Amino acid sequence: MTTFRKGGVHPEENKLAKDCKIEVMPLTKKAVVFVSQHLGAPATCVVQKGDKVKVGTLLSKAEAFICANVHSPYSGTVTKVDLATDFNGFKKPAVYIDVDGDEWEDGIDTSAEIIREIKLTPKEIIDKMKDRGIVGLGGAAFPTNVKYMIPEGKKAEFLVINGVECEPYLTSDNRIMIENTEEIFIGIEIMKKALNMNNALIGIEKNKPEAIRIMTDMSRNYPGTKVVPLEMKYPQGAEKQLINALTGREVPSGKLPIEVGCVVDNVGTALAIYQAIQKNRPLIDNVLTFTGKSVKTQKNLLVRVGTPLQEIIDYCGGLPEDTGKLISGGPMMGKTIMDTTAPTVKTTSSILVMNEKEAKRGHQTNCIRCGKCVTACPMGLEPLFLATLCEQKRWEDAEKECVMDCIECGCCLFTCPANRPLLDLIRVGKNQVGALRRARTQK
Amino acid sequence: MGTIIICAIVAMAVAGLVLSLVLYIVAQKFKVVEDPRIDQVAEVLPGANCGGCGFAGCRALAEAIVKAGDLEGKACPVGGAAVMAKVGGIMGLAAEESEPMIAVVRCNGGKCNTHKKVEYDGVLDCASANQNFSSEGGCSFGCLGLGTCVSVCKFDALHINPETQLPEVDEDKCVACRACVKTCPRKVIELRKKGKGNRRVFVSCINKEKGAVAKKNCDVACIGCGKCEKECPFGAITIENNLSYIDFNKCKSCRKCVAVCPTGAIHAVNFPPAKPKVEKVMQENTDVSASIENVEQKQTEKKKEMIATEIQNTKSE
Repeated sequence: MTTFRKGGVHPEENKLAKDCKIEVMPLTKKAVVFVSQHLGAPATCVVQKGDKVKVGTLLSKAEAFICANVHSPYSGTVTKVDLATDFNGFKKPAVYIDVDGDEWEDGIDTSAEIIREIKLTPKEIIDKMKDRGIVGLGGAAFPTNVKYMIPEGKKAEFLVINGVECEPYLTSDNRIMIENTEEIFIGIEIMKKALNMNNALIGIEKNKPEAIRIMTDMSRNYPGTKVVPLEMKYPQGAEKQLINALTGREVPSGKLPIEVGCVVDNVGTALAIYQAIQKNRPLIDNVLTFTGKSVKTQKNLLVRVGTPLQEIIDYCGGLPEDTGKLISGGPMMGKTIMDTTAPTVKTTSSILVMNEKEAKRGHQTNCIRCGKCVTACPMGLEPLFLATLCEQKRWEDAEKECVMDCIECGCCLFTCPANRPLLDLIRVGKNQVGALRRARTQK
Repeated sequence: MGTIIICAIVAMAVAGLVLSLVLYIVAQKFKVVEDPRIDQVAEVLPGANCGGCGFAGCRALAEAIVKAGDLEGKACPVGGAAVMAKVGGIMGLAAEESEPMIAVVRCNGGKCNTHKKVEYDGVLDCASANQNFSSEGGCSFGCLGLGTCVSVCKFDALHINPETQLPEVDEDKCVACRACVKTCPRKVIELRKKGKGNRRVFVSCINKEKGAVAKKNCDVACIGCGKCEKECPFGAITIENNLSYIDFNKCKSCRKCVAVCPTGAIHAVNFPPAKPKVEKVMQENTDVSASIENVEQKQTEKKKEMIATEIQNTKSE
């Protein structure tokens, strides 16, 4: 079995919800949908107070190149377009919808029937991805259509599909691989057609034997798509590490995967692409894991975008008494939820409940130069020195030491025996260096 | 033996001469001509190298001044008018009159006036915290209270008040070098004019949310009600994005806005300690005394008139 070459750590897997079937969460009454839910230029809101919307009505329109549409996940009335708090406590423009029934826009196929024949041309597929607001569901929410516009002189040789789910606790990708297997494969066929090639690799870690079995069985019907079981190691789901594990290639510093002939997408994105192209369904929901060691009923829920987190928590039976903190995303890369009134977005992959003991940071002591973080860093960086440079605000030096190559996986922080906040410091550095670079290009 | 010594001395002397000639030629050829005034100006500057002037240290400022030959936009905030007058003397220029400035913390939320919702357990650095969440109280505009501004202040002029968890500016030490202004990730600190007698009026809030939302998170937030804007007789107050701002160039420190602010977001500092109520009484008192004075004046005038008529009467008699 293969894995990526450099670094990596082995956190406790804790896939507590891996056998829980995907449940459909009942619709909320009052939804809040953020106008922009992707990486890149903000989208423009196209609805006003009082507008009637149906499921699939366009709420905000992508006008820039790296930008994504947002469609209404509900039918009802727009009560206001105003700022709303996201789970970090920051205010962002959002559309408030009073939900009334569940009426869909015409032209969206809501049946469960599987459509196998792909009618659209590659160009039409890419346009449709943009139109249906598909973004990468691996976590970064990068507009997917942009990835499929291959720059001139480059050629996609591998379509790398990420079914790794290397973050502990998360099980949503595992469940969709088991329950929506054929849809994912048709989604991959569509992606291959858009790239005009026939070579897809699906990486799945070996702690998901059921998914590996079902996906491998299905792959026999789809030539050109291969399921590759991978050794367990975090952060295998990061695109550069996954490319390395599956193809042995290494993406050069500061470059995109297409540089080594790869396009990487998540299994969730493959499913969303299937629904968008074959059923004309916009990206309005995703599967979310509600989990944690103290949680009594673990759940995988199909949740519409814009559902308040508190409603999901209540639906799952509330929070356990010893809750220390809530995390959106996995325990390694996720962010703390500070406000549970905030709604979900396209990429909300989990609500992770940490108990009081787990939530506390360890006591911080001095760096003893043990070099564990250097061994663990999957990008081959030296986190201890980077963190020191960032602490001393030596941004230019940090830039020379390739601080921008950091993928913020948190391996350094995980292994540090002195509990140094390495990643926190490096993140500040990345932000500052990014600002420096922007200032330079403006000059 | 004697010839050896003589040879050695001659050889050394020749070598010395040749080398000194080389050194001389090199020194002439690569001579750096520097305006002597740069040294003079640098000598006068405080030498703190704080960068408050916008240049990379005192010498860089001196070079910039001498090179440009004017003082426009180049002033030492640390030395102030006295140093700039000296620099002007060296350069033969009249120093620009610049009013002294001071750093002002425009947030009054802190520990006392906000309601703690979450506990922050991360790195004690504002830039890091600002990336992760809004604030413990929920306001995404105000001070995070982790003291990054304190750590960059070279003049020991900023300190976190443990009671309020807000930075406080030591007015005697602050030289308006702008270090804290540049560092604060939320732009809470602003440079404002020191004002006459160190008296200043400013809005101690930068929350741009709608009133109700802002008030929910913080008791002393500016809610953008516009009362101060209406009250100001000098047009110094503008309201933009639900936030009031006092233009320090127009403000005459009359403090009428302070009295009408419903949340107490407008602060007046260094005014003689007088609570609004006491002030009113004082005003009434002055009114009364004024009226008494008037009465007295009128009475004396009447007396004068009476005396004058009496004198006239006696004269006519």
